[in-house]
Amino acid sequence: MDIDDARLSYVLRLGDNALVLGQRLIELVADGPELEEELANANIALDYIGQARLFYSYAGELDGRGRSEDDFAFLRNESEYRNALLVEQPNGHFGDTIVRQVLFDTFYRLQLDALLECSDRRLAEIAARAQKEIRYHLRHASQWLVRLGDGTEESHRRVQQSLEDLWRYTGELFAGDAVDDAIRDVLNGPDLDRLRAAWRAHLQSLFAEAHLEMPEDGWMAEGGRQGVHTEHFGYLIAEMQHMQRAYPGLSW
Amino acid sequence: MTDRNWPLWEVFIRSKSGLSHRHCGSVHAADAQMALDHARDVYTRRNEGVSIWVVRSSDLVASDPSDADAFFEPAADKIYRHPTFYDIPKDVENI
Repeated sequence: MDIDDARLSYVLRLGDNALVLGQRLIELVADGPELEEELANANIALDYIGQARLFYSYAGELDGRGRSEDDFAFLRNESEYRNALLVEQPNGHFGDTIVRQVLFDTFYRLQLDALLECSDRRLAEIAARAQKEIRYHLRHASQWLVRLGDGTEESHRRVQQSLEDLWRYTGELFAGDAVDDAIRDVLNGPDLDRLRAAWRAHLQSLFAEAHLEMPEDGWMAEGGRQGVHTEHFGYLIAEMQHMQRAYPGLSW
Repeated sequence: MTDRNWPLWEVFIRSKSGLSHRHCGSVHAADAQMALDHARDVYTRRNEGVSIWVVRSSDLVASDPSDADAFFEPAADKIYRHPTFYDIPKDVENI
Protein backbone atom coordinates (compact mmCIF):
# COMPACT_ATOMS: atom_id res chain seq x y z
CA MET A 1 0.00 0.00 0.00
CA ASP A 2 1.20 3.49 -0.85
CA ILE A 3 2.55 5.04 2.32
CA ASP A 4 1.01 8.46 1.67
CA ASP A 5 -2.47 6.94 1.39
CA ALA A 6 -1.85 4.81 4.46
CA ARG A 7 -0.63 7.79 6.45
CA LEU A 8 -3.72 9.86 5.63
CA SER A 9 -6.07 6.97 6.45
CA TYR A 10 -4.27 6.31 9.69
CA VAL A 11 -4.36 9.93 10.84
CA LEU A 12 -8.06 10.15 10.00
CA ARG A 13 -8.80 6.99 12.01
CA LEU A 14 -7.04 8.54 14.99
CA GLY A 15 -8.96 11.77 14.52
CA ASP A 16 -12.30 9.98 14.12
CA ASN A 17 -11.78 7.91 17.27
CA ALA A 18 -11.04 11.05 19.26
CA LEU A 19 -13.87 13.11 17.77
CA VAL A 20 -16.57 10.47 18.15
CA LEU A 21 -15.62 9.57 21.72
CA GLY A 22 -15.45 13.28 22.58
CA GLN A 23 -18.90 13.81 21.09
CA ARG A 24 -20.31 10.89 23.10
CA LEU A 25 -18.98 12.37 26.33
CA ILE A 26 -20.26 15.82 25.42
CA GLU A 27 -23.75 14.31 25.35
CA LEU A 28 -23.35 13.84 29.10
CA VAL A 29 -22.56 17.48 29.81
CA ALA A 30 -24.99 18.90 32.40
CA ASP A 31 -25.98 15.34 33.43
CA GLY A 32 -23.10 14.73 35.86
CA PRO A 33 -23.97 12.99 39.14
CA GLU A 34 -21.89 15.54 41.09
CA LEU A 35 -20.45 18.92 40.18
CA GLU A 36 -16.92 17.53 40.38
CA GLU A 37 -17.65 14.58 38.07
CA GLU A 38 -19.45 16.90 35.71
CA LEU A 39 -16.31 18.98 35.32
CA ALA A 40 -14.12 15.89 35.02
CA ASN A 41 -16.27 14.58 32.21
CA ALA A 42 -16.36 17.89 30.36
CA ASN A 43 -12.57 18.26 30.67
CA ILE A 44 -12.07 14.77 29.33
CA ALA A 45 -14.50 15.28 26.44
CA LEU A 46 -12.75 18.48 25.40
CA ASP A 47 -9.36 16.79 25.53
CA TYR A 48 -10.57 14.36 22.86
CA ILE A 49 -11.98 17.17 20.72
CA GLY A 50 -8.64 18.99 20.99
CA GLN A 51 -6.81 15.85 19.88
CA ALA A 52 -9.20 15.38 16.98
CA ARG A 53 -8.36 18.91 15.82
CA LEU A 54 -4.64 18.13 15.82
CA PHE A 55 -5.19 14.96 13.81
CA TYR A 56 -7.58 16.62 11.36
CA SER A 57 -5.38 19.60 10.69
CA TYR A 58 -2.50 17.21 9.94
CA ALA A 59 -4.85 15.14 7.75
CA GLY A 60 -5.76 18.33 5.88
CA GLU A 61 -2.09 18.96 5.10
CA LEU A 62 -1.52 15.38 4.00
CA ASP A 63 -4.66 15.44 1.89
CA GLY A 64 -3.57 18.64 0.13
CA ARG A 65 -7.03 19.45 -1.18
CA GLY A 66 -7.68 22.34 1.14
CA ARG A 67 -9.94 20.46 3.53
CA SER A 68 -10.11 21.98 7.01
CA GLU A 69 -10.68 20.44 10.44
CA ASP A 70 -14.35 21.38 10.16
CA ASP A 71 -14.67 19.68 6.78
CA PHE A 72 -13.43 16.44 8.27
CA ALA A 73 -15.44 16.75 11.47
CA PHE A 74 -18.75 18.04 10.19
CA LEU A 75 -19.10 17.58 6.46
CA ARG A 76 -18.45 13.92 5.84
CA ASN A 77 -21.16 11.31 5.62
CA GLU A 78 -21.63 8.39 7.96
CA SER A 79 -19.74 5.87 5.83
CA GLU A 80 -16.72 8.17 5.55
CA TYR A 81 -15.94 8.04 9.28
CA ARG A 82 -13.34 5.43 10.19
CA ASN A 83 -13.60 5.29 13.98
CA ALA A 84 -13.68 2.05 15.94
CA LEU A 85 -17.20 0.81 16.70
CA LEU A 86 -16.40 0.83 20.41
CA VAL A 87 -16.22 4.62 20.69
CA GLU A 88 -19.60 5.21 19.04
CA GLN A 89 -21.49 2.95 21.46
CA PRO A 90 -24.09 4.86 23.51
CA ASN A 91 -23.23 6.14 26.97
CA GLY A 92 -25.75 3.81 28.65
CA HIS A 93 -25.51 4.04 32.42
CA PHE A 94 -22.47 5.42 34.26
CA GLY A 95 -20.87 1.96 34.42
CA ASP A 96 -21.25 1.49 30.65
CA THR A 97 -19.52 4.82 30.05
CA ILE A 98 -16.69 3.95 32.42
CA VAL A 99 -16.16 0.51 30.88
CA ARG A 100 -16.09 1.98 27.37
CA GLN A 101 -13.47 4.48 28.57
CA VAL A 102 -11.32 1.82 30.21
CA LEU A 103 -11.39 -0.53 27.22
CA PHE A 104 -10.67 2.18 24.69
CA ASP A 105 -8.24 4.35 26.64
CA THR A 106 -6.12 1.35 27.61
CA PHE A 107 -5.76 0.61 23.91
CA TYR A 108 -5.34 4.27 22.95
CA ARG A 109 -2.67 4.88 25.55
CA LEU A 110 -0.63 1.93 24.27
CA GLN A 111 -1.16 3.09 20.70
CA LEU A 112 0.07 6.59 21.56
CA ASP A 113 3.03 5.18 23.49
CA ALA A 114 4.06 3.26 20.39
CA LEU A 115 3.54 6.30 18.16
CA LEU A 116 6.06 8.26 20.25
CA GLU A 117 8.69 6.10 18.55
CA CYS A 118 7.36 6.37 15.00
CA SER A 119 9.39 8.07 12.30
CA ASP A 120 6.60 10.50 11.34
CA ARG A 121 7.68 13.40 13.52
CA ARG A 122 4.38 15.22 13.43
CA LEU A 123 2.50 12.13 14.54
CA ALA A 124 5.02 11.55 17.32
CA GLU A 125 4.55 15.12 18.53
CA ILE A 126 0.78 14.86 18.60
CA ALA A 127 1.10 11.52 20.40
CA ALA A 128 3.37 13.07 23.03
CA ARG A 129 0.79 15.71 23.79
CA ALA A 130 -2.25 13.45 23.70
CA GLN A 131 -0.57 10.77 25.77
CA LYS A 132 -0.40 13.05 28.83
CA GLU A 133 -4.12 13.69 28.65
CA ILE A 134 -4.98 10.03 28.09
CA ARG A 135 -2.92 8.94 31.08
CA TYR A 136 -5.18 11.07 33.23
CA HIS A 137 -8.37 9.86 31.53
CA LEU A 138 -7.33 6.29 32.09
CA ARG A 139 -6.56 6.94 35.72
CA HIS A 140 -9.97 8.53 36.20
CA ALA A 141 -11.84 5.69 34.50
CA SER A 142 -9.77 2.94 36.14
CA GLN A 143 -10.44 4.27 39.61
CA TRP A 144 -14.15 4.29 38.89
CA LEU A 145 -14.00 0.77 37.51
CA VAL A 146 -12.44 -0.43 40.74
CA ARG A 147 -14.99 1.45 42.85
CA LEU A 148 -17.90 0.02 40.88
CA GLY A 149 -16.51 -3.49 40.52
CA ASP A 150 -15.52 -3.68 44.18
CA GLY A 151 -18.48 -1.62 45.41
CA THR A 152 -21.94 -2.95 46.12
CA GLU A 153 -23.44 -6.15 44.79
CA GLU A 154 -25.52 -4.15 42.34
CA SER A 155 -22.65 -2.00 41.05
CA HIS A 156 -20.53 -5.11 40.60
CA ARG A 157 -23.25 -6.94 38.69
CA ARG A 158 -24.01 -4.00 36.42
CA VAL A 159 -20.42 -3.15 35.56
CA GLN A 160 -19.64 -6.82 34.86
CA GLN A 161 -22.60 -6.79 32.47
CA SER A 162 -21.23 -3.61 30.83
CA LEU A 163 -17.99 -5.48 30.22
CA GLU A 164 -19.82 -8.42 28.64
CA ASP A 165 -21.85 -6.05 26.44
CA LEU A 166 -18.92 -4.00 25.16
CA TRP A 167 -16.34 -6.76 24.86
CA ARG A 168 -17.47 -7.66 21.33
CA TYR A 169 -16.23 -4.27 20.09
CA THR A 170 -12.68 -4.77 21.32
CA GLY A 171 -11.54 -7.29 18.69
CA GLU A 172 -11.64 -4.64 16.00
CA LEU A 173 -9.08 -2.50 17.84
CA PHE A 174 -6.41 -5.11 17.10
CA ALA A 175 -7.60 -6.37 13.72
CA GLY A 176 -4.94 -4.81 11.57
CA ASP A 177 -5.30 -4.18 7.85
CA ALA A 178 -3.04 -2.91 5.06
CA VAL A 179 -2.98 0.58 6.57
CA ASP A 180 -1.77 -0.67 9.96
CA ASP A 181 0.82 -2.88 8.28
CA ALA A 182 2.20 0.03 6.27
CA ILE A 183 2.39 2.31 9.30
CA ARG A 184 4.17 -0.42 11.27
CA ASP A 185 6.59 -1.42 8.53
CA VAL A 186 7.42 1.92 6.93
CA LEU A 187 7.02 4.38 9.81
CA ASN A 188 7.98 2.11 12.72
CA GLY A 189 4.43 2.45 14.05
CA PRO A 190 2.52 0.27 16.53
CA ASP A 191 2.65 -3.51 16.30
CA LEU A 192 -0.95 -4.55 17.01
CA ASP A 193 -0.10 -8.04 18.25
CA ARG A 194 2.23 -6.61 20.81
CA LEU A 195 -0.36 -3.96 21.73
CA ARG A 196 -2.98 -6.64 22.23
CA ALA A 197 -0.78 -8.60 24.64
CA ALA A 198 -0.01 -5.46 26.65
CA TRP A 199 -3.69 -4.46 26.62
CA ARG A 200 -4.79 -7.82 28.00
CA ALA A 201 -2.08 -7.80 30.65
CA HIS A 202 -3.02 -4.32 31.80
CA LEU A 203 -6.72 -5.14 31.94
CA GLN A 204 -6.09 -8.42 33.71
CA SER A 205 -4.46 -6.69 36.66
CA LEU A 206 -7.08 -3.91 36.68
CA PHE A 207 -9.94 -6.42 36.61
CA ALA A 208 -8.32 -8.39 39.41
CA GLU A 209 -8.26 -5.23 41.53
CA ALA A 210 -11.88 -4.52 40.63
CA HIS A 211 -12.95 -8.16 41.23
CA LEU A 212 -14.25 -8.39 37.67
CA GLU A 213 -14.00 -11.31 35.28
CA MET A 214 -12.39 -10.81 31.90
CA PRO A 215 -15.05 -11.86 29.36
CA GLU A 216 -14.47 -14.73 26.95
CA ASP A 217 -13.52 -13.72 23.43
CA GLY A 218 -16.63 -14.59 21.44
CA TRP A 219 -17.92 -13.13 18.20
CA MET A 220 -16.35 -9.76 17.51
CA ALA A 221 -18.04 -6.92 15.64
CA GLU A 222 -16.03 -5.20 12.92
CA GLY A 223 -16.71 -2.55 10.32
CA GLY A 224 -15.65 0.83 11.67
CA ARG A 225 -12.51 0.80 9.52
CA GLN A 226 -14.64 0.24 6.43
CA GLY A 227 -17.21 2.87 7.40
CA VAL A 228 -19.83 0.27 8.30
CA HIS A 229 -21.11 1.57 11.60
CA THR A 230 -23.53 0.38 14.26
CA GLU A 231 -27.08 1.70 14.24
CA HIS A 232 -26.30 4.33 16.88
CA PHE A 233 -23.80 6.23 14.79
CA GLY A 234 -26.19 8.00 12.40
CA TYR A 235 -27.94 9.68 15.32
CA LEU A 236 -24.63 10.76 16.81
CA ILE A 237 -23.41 12.51 13.69
CA ALA A 238 -26.87 13.95 12.95
CA GLU A 239 -26.71 15.81 16.26
CA MET A 240 -23.04 16.67 15.87
CA GLN A 241 -23.37 18.00 12.33
CA HIS A 242 -26.73 19.69 12.28
CA MET A 243 -25.47 23.23 13.00
CA GLN A 244 -22.90 23.09 10.21
CA ARG A 245 -25.40 21.52 7.85
CA ALA A 246 -28.12 24.05 8.67
CA TYR A 247 -25.82 27.08 8.61
CA PRO A 248 -22.89 26.22 6.33
CA GLY A 249 -19.67 27.97 7.28
CA LEU A 250 -21.04 28.89 10.68
CA SER A 251 -18.40 29.94 13.22
CA TRP A 252 -18.48 31.25 16.78
CA MET B 1 -29.12 13.96 43.10
CA THR B 2 -27.51 11.64 45.63
CA ASP B 3 -29.31 11.26 48.90
CA ARG B 4 -26.08 10.78 50.81
CA ASN B 5 -23.41 13.38 50.16
CA TRP B 6 -19.75 12.60 49.83
CA PRO B 7 -17.61 14.16 52.57
CA LEU B 8 -16.14 17.59 52.06
CA TRP B 9 -12.42 18.17 51.46
CA GLU B 10 -10.48 21.42 51.58
CA VAL B 11 -8.18 22.08 48.65
CA PHE B 12 -4.78 23.79 48.80
CA ILE B 13 -2.87 24.61 45.65
CA ARG B 14 0.72 25.63 45.09
CA SER B 15 0.71 27.90 42.09
CA LYS B 16 4.40 27.53 41.36
CA SER B 17 7.53 26.05 42.86
CA GLY B 18 8.83 28.05 45.80
CA LEU B 19 5.47 29.45 46.84
CA SER B 20 3.42 27.87 49.57
CA HIS B 21 0.15 26.06 49.13
CA ARG B 22 -2.86 28.32 49.46
CA HIS B 23 -6.39 27.41 50.30
CA CYS B 24 -8.57 27.82 47.24
CA GLY B 25 -11.84 26.04 47.96
CA SER B 26 -13.40 22.69 48.64
CA VAL B 27 -14.69 19.61 46.83
CA HIS B 28 -16.89 16.63 47.63
CA ALA B 29 -15.29 13.21 47.24
CA ALA B 30 -15.63 9.67 48.56
CA ASP B 31 -11.95 9.17 49.30
CA ALA B 32 -8.59 10.92 49.26
CA GLN B 33 -7.67 9.85 45.75
CA MET B 34 -10.98 11.04 44.35
CA ALA B 35 -10.60 14.30 46.27
CA LEU B 36 -7.24 14.93 44.59
CA ASP B 37 -8.68 14.20 41.16
CA HIS B 38 -11.69 16.39 41.77
CA ALA B 39 -9.48 19.21 42.99
CA ARG B 40 -7.43 18.85 39.82
CA ASP B 41 -10.55 18.95 37.66
CA VAL B 42 -12.24 21.82 39.45
CA TYR B 43 -9.36 24.10 40.47
CA THR B 44 -6.47 23.63 38.03
CA ARG B 45 -8.24 23.87 34.69
CA ARG B 46 -6.51 27.12 33.81
CA ASN B 47 -2.99 26.22 34.71
CA GLU B 48 -3.32 27.39 38.31
CA GLY B 49 -1.13 24.84 40.00
CA VAL B 50 1.88 22.56 40.21
CA SER B 51 0.91 20.76 43.41
CA ILE B 52 -2.30 19.99 45.27
CA TRP B 53 -3.04 19.12 48.88
CA VAL B 54 -6.42 17.96 50.06
CA VAL B 55 -7.50 17.45 53.65
CA ARG B 56 -10.83 16.36 55.06
CA SER B 57 -12.71 19.43 56.23
CA SER B 58 -13.64 17.57 59.42
CA ASP B 59 -9.92 17.20 60.24
CA LEU B 60 -9.32 20.95 60.31
CA VAL B 61 -9.22 22.58 63.71
CA ALA B 62 -10.42 26.16 63.51
CA SER B 63 -10.24 29.05 65.94
CA ASP B 64 -13.56 30.00 67.47
CA PRO B 65 -14.89 33.35 66.22
CA SER B 66 -16.15 34.15 69.73
CA ASP B 67 -12.54 33.98 70.95
CA ALA B 68 -11.44 36.53 68.37
CA ASP B 69 -10.89 39.34 70.88
CA ALA B 70 -8.66 37.25 73.13
CA PHE B 71 -6.90 35.66 70.17
CA PHE B 72 -6.17 38.56 67.91
CA GLU B 73 -6.74 41.93 69.55
CA PRO B 74 -3.71 41.83 71.89
CA ALA B 75 -1.53 42.03 68.78
CA ALA B 76 -3.26 45.14 67.51
CA ASP B 77 -1.30 47.70 69.60
CA LYS B 78 2.13 46.06 69.37
CA ILE B 79 3.38 47.85 66.35
CA TYR B 80 6.99 47.21 67.34
CA ARG B 81 6.46 43.64 66.17
CA HIS B 82 6.42 44.87 62.58
CA PRO B 83 9.82 45.24 60.97
CA THR B 84 8.76 48.60 59.54
CA PHE B 85 8.71 49.99 63.10
CA TYR B 86 12.50 50.27 63.13
CA ASP B 87 14.65 52.71 61.20
CA ILE B 88 16.97 50.89 58.89
CA PRO B 89 20.43 52.43 58.42
CA LYS B 90 20.84 53.69 54.84
CA ASP B 91 23.91 51.57 54.23
CA VAL B 92 22.10 48.33 54.87
CA GLU B 93 20.92 47.16 51.50
CA ASN B 94 19.20 43.90 52.29
CA ILE B 95 17.43 43.08 55.50
